[in-house]
Amino acid sequence: MTTADLGLPGHFAESHGGIDLVPTSDAPQNAKEYSSDQEVRWCPGCGDYAVLKAVQGFLPDLGLRRENIVFISGIGCSSRFPYYLDTYGMHSIHGRAPSIATGIATARPDLSVWVVTGDGDALSIGGNHLIHALRRNVNMTILLFNNRIYGLTKGQYSPTSEAGKVTKSTPVGSVDHPFNPVSLALGAEATFVARTVDSDRKHLTSVLSAAAAHRGTSLVEIYQNCPIFNDGAFDDLKGPDTKADAIIPLIHGEPIRFGKDREKGLVRDTAPGGTGGVKVVPVAEAGEEAILVHDAHNPDPTTAFAISRLTDAGVLHQSPIGIFRQVERPTYDDLARAQVATAQQPTEGDAPAPEDRLAALLGAGDTWTVL
Amino acid sequence: MPKQVQQLDRVIIRFAGDSGDGMQLTGDRFTQESAVFGNDLVTLPNFPAEIRAPQGTLPGVSSFQVHIADHDILTPGDAPDVLVAMNPAALKANLGDLPKGAAIIVDTHDFTPRNLQKAGYAESPLPGDSADPAGAADSPLADYQVHTLDLTGMTVEAVKEFGLSRKDAARAKNMFALGLVSWMYGRPTEPTTAFLEKRFAKVPPIRDANIAAFTAGWNFGETTEAFVSSYEIKPAPMAPGTYRNITGNLALAYGIVAAGVRSGLPVFLGSYPITPASDILHELSKHKAFGVTTFQAEDEIAGIGGAIGAAFAGSLGVTTTSGPGIALKSESIGLAVMTELPLVVVDVQRGGPSTGLPTKTEQADLLQAMYGRNGEAPVPIVAPASPGDCFDAALEAARIAITYRTPVMLLSDGYLANGSEPWRIPEISELPSIDPAFATGPNHASAGAGSDEQDSFWPYLRDEQTLARPWAVPGTPGLEHRIGGLEKGDGHGNISYDPANHDLMVRTRAAKVARVADSLPPLEIDDPSGQARVLVVGWGSTYGPIGAAIRQVRKAGYHVAQVHLRHLNPFPNDLGEILTAYDKVLVPEMNLGQLSQLLRARYLVDAIGFNVVRGLPIKAAELAEVIGQLVAAAEGVIVDLSTAPDEEARS
Repeated sequence: MTTADLGLPGHFAESHGGIDLVPTSDAPQNAKEYSSDQEVRWCPGCGDYAVLKAVQGFLPDLGLRRENIVFISGIGCSSRFPYYLDTYGMHSIHGRAPSIATGIATARPDLSVWVVTGDGDALSIGGNHLIHALRRNVNMTILLFNNRIYGLTKGQYSPTSEAGKVTKSTPVGSVDHPFNPVSLALGAEATFVARTVDSDRKHLTSVLSAAAAHRGTSLVEIYQNCPIFNDGAFDDLKGPDTKADAIIPLIHGEPIRFGKDREKGLVRDTAPGGTGGVKVVPVAEAGEEAILVHDAHNPDPTTAFAISRLTDAGVLHQSPIGIFRQVERPTYDDLARAQVATAQQPTEGDAPAPEDRLAALLGAGDTWTVL
Repeated sequence: MPKQVQQLDRVIIRFAGDSGDGMQLTGDRFTQESAVFGNDLVTLPNFPAEIRAPQGTLPGVSSFQVHIADHDILTPGDAPDVLVAMNPAALKANLGDLPKGAAIIVDTHDFTPRNLQKAGYAESPLPGDSADPAGAADSPLADYQVHTLDLTGMTVEAVKEFGLSRKDAARAKNMFALGLVSWMYGRPTEPTTAFLEKRFAKVPPIRDANIAAFTAGWNFGETTEAFVSSYEIKPAPMAPGTYRNITGNLALAYGIVAAGVRSGLPVFLGSYPITPASDILHELSKHKAFGVTTFQAEDEIAGIGGAIGAAFAGSLGVTTTSGPGIALKSESIGLAVMTELPLVVVDVQRGGPSTGLPTKTEQADLLQAMYGRNGEAPVPIVAPASPGDCFDAALEAARIAITYRTPVMLLSDGYLANGSEPWRIPEISELPSIDPAFATGPNHASAGAGSDEQDSFWPYLRDEQTLARPWAVPGTPGLEHRIGGLEKGDGHGNISYDPANHDLMVRTRAAKVARVADSLPPLEIDDPSGQARVLVVGWGSTYGPIGAAIRQVRKAGYHVAQVHLRHLNPFPNDLGEILTAYDKVLVPEMNLGQLSQLLRARYLVDAIGFNVVRGLPIKAAELAEVIGQLVAAAEGVIVDLSTAPDEEARS
């Protein structure tokens, strides 16, 4: 077997942002223009409202032509999202949105492509498509609404529900071990992995901005409260008394510290008998210089993975929030388009008309003529 | 002294060996030589699903049958006149298909006790090897003309100057055999020499050894006393034009490329490798210069998902697979039905159910194509009749998909995919042009604020003639809209759970597919005498065997009519009338009666099935007998086909 040098010609070789090839709008835009005429039908108090508002408020800031934005979703509560945005959109089938978005992003460099999915849609039925989109690094942004429950089917446990969870389908407790979506994405070598919370609009918007600007697949896990079937799942991250101890904020270039007085910090757990990963220690004991400085651009995902393991697998009392990883790698769609563009370049002069080239193709090889 | 040359009107040759012996290549080269020579031909490759099944065993036997003639033929032939067997297993596996008197060329080199045992021979069946010469008459080969030759030994001898290992030297034995058979039938040698030079350009010793073995095989035929004569099969008269030999998968891939050119759309193929469809993916991946993008997806579902996404974005979306892949894609096909996006879904059918017979042919996915989805989800179905016809069928599938904004199922099969025939290369101007007719602006005036009317875009407002909805691609300003798998309101396309609307939409989707029939030409009825009372209705790759069987029945002096269906959904408008015009309707299929069932349900006609599911094309002679019985019953005459020349003889 041989491998080919993918050496990219022209602008494909230059690294550029996630939306650099999407046409921009001259006129200023507002959130209203991005709201469709359809009535929003989520349950009162659903975290999806906050995310929708944040996205409708944030999209105008991108300054793109509205017709060049496409939202694709799968099945589930969050997957109704595209109906409420006045862009192009498709509410597809369960779990398959990343594959459909891959086709769109590969066919069209001039579109800003978004996937809206949930923990059941992305991690259960669509798990395969998710990990392959991440490894391919197709230029799209995936918003993974994680409420740790199945909402639309009325309350069964999901692949992110904590073990032991009592639900309609697990009356004596779930025996399933949950996925940590960030760990999964890092394991699939995603180039952009972040986590945010539905109720923190400022943080949500800043993460979405970074995700949109990233060229490649951006995975944004959004902790989203389901008030009907899993209410309060993220309360510790939101409560005024608890959140300082629950949220481990990740800011590139800054020491990772948290707690009311930022008295806790992360250090590498490399001493004999340690995990080899990272652990939480009192800053006073470890010393400020020992605290790990967050490096989202580290080409090696090992440390980001170690940080992701500080997320509680059970009931959530502690979770790192922010951009875990943001690195550059050529995208699948840019490479695929570059191969097509290279093949379309005539070897010399002007390319013959497609009809003439088709005639040449059909008439190639061993032929004979009957008069 | 030059040898005698005998004239033949046709011959059926089968090359058989171990799956590593290069029999497919040998058969393919002989076919190309015959095509360039101008014979009509039909081929039947037959190989195991395992890449290298245990060497020397019966399951590991791979064969390639080619039928060449100086006249128009329709099938690869029921029984070979000549068998080239490279080892004991190849001999044993194929002997049962040979008629008495057939010629067998055997490479004796592998007739060792161990290989004989692997093939299940207690002792060598070859004449002269028997311990008891008196028992030669009982030999399994007594009824055949057997030529025993040490092909491997002669090959090793012929290539020794190139310094190859013994193993590499022996591997050129297929080219020695090809050279010998090429001499026997007076085939041109230049195409194969040129082919070998190109194929092995990077490894000169292998290149030179293969060419030397090929030449040595030819020369051996010319000089040996083992063969007293060679044969000549003159070129077949064909309609004027330029021809090439083509397999169904290649023709289908070219048809997709042509559909891209004729519609002006970029082509996006989303596919997952599966036998026997993978060659379409391989071929299309070479045609990026035509704006073809190929996406080898993580699974069958992602393959069609990518194609649906690309279709939404304005490409000609295509997905290629076989029956098991269609099963996986079913939900996605339903999505394309609901979102009414153009999509070509290629099913190269193979033996089923489940993994079934991956390398063998079957037609048992018709009902899956027709009904294999939840809900009322009609999909137009197109089926090619021959390898070359895969080109036109692919263009037709694309025409329907784009014109009617619908997924279209294109049902090829393993026999068409790998089989080949001479194909007249069409002029590009003969090909249909396809207009994507993208939506460019608003199509509806809605009430706006106050009394003003506002221009808006309704994604489900339909063309009155075709019932197709507008195709508005992202990037078109003012036409932003959302589609999806939930039921859509008529016209505006917003989610609707209204009972009457659902009833209307279900009926409208069905009516749209039914309207495809209005765009079809009248069926061609082949009933030369006009006196036939038996009609044979077929679809897909049974076209060849049905045609050959009908010729045999007619040559014997009886009347029978034929109609072959390219469109299985919707049926052509004139089909019902045609069916009722005959007393008996016979439907031969490589399944248990799927088209029969559809015809019975739709037209209340007493369709009689002739159903064979052996993983191989229907044998024309068997079918001719069945037709004969029906003619006898319908006309009250005694039918005797034994006096007729066989089914593929020259008229």
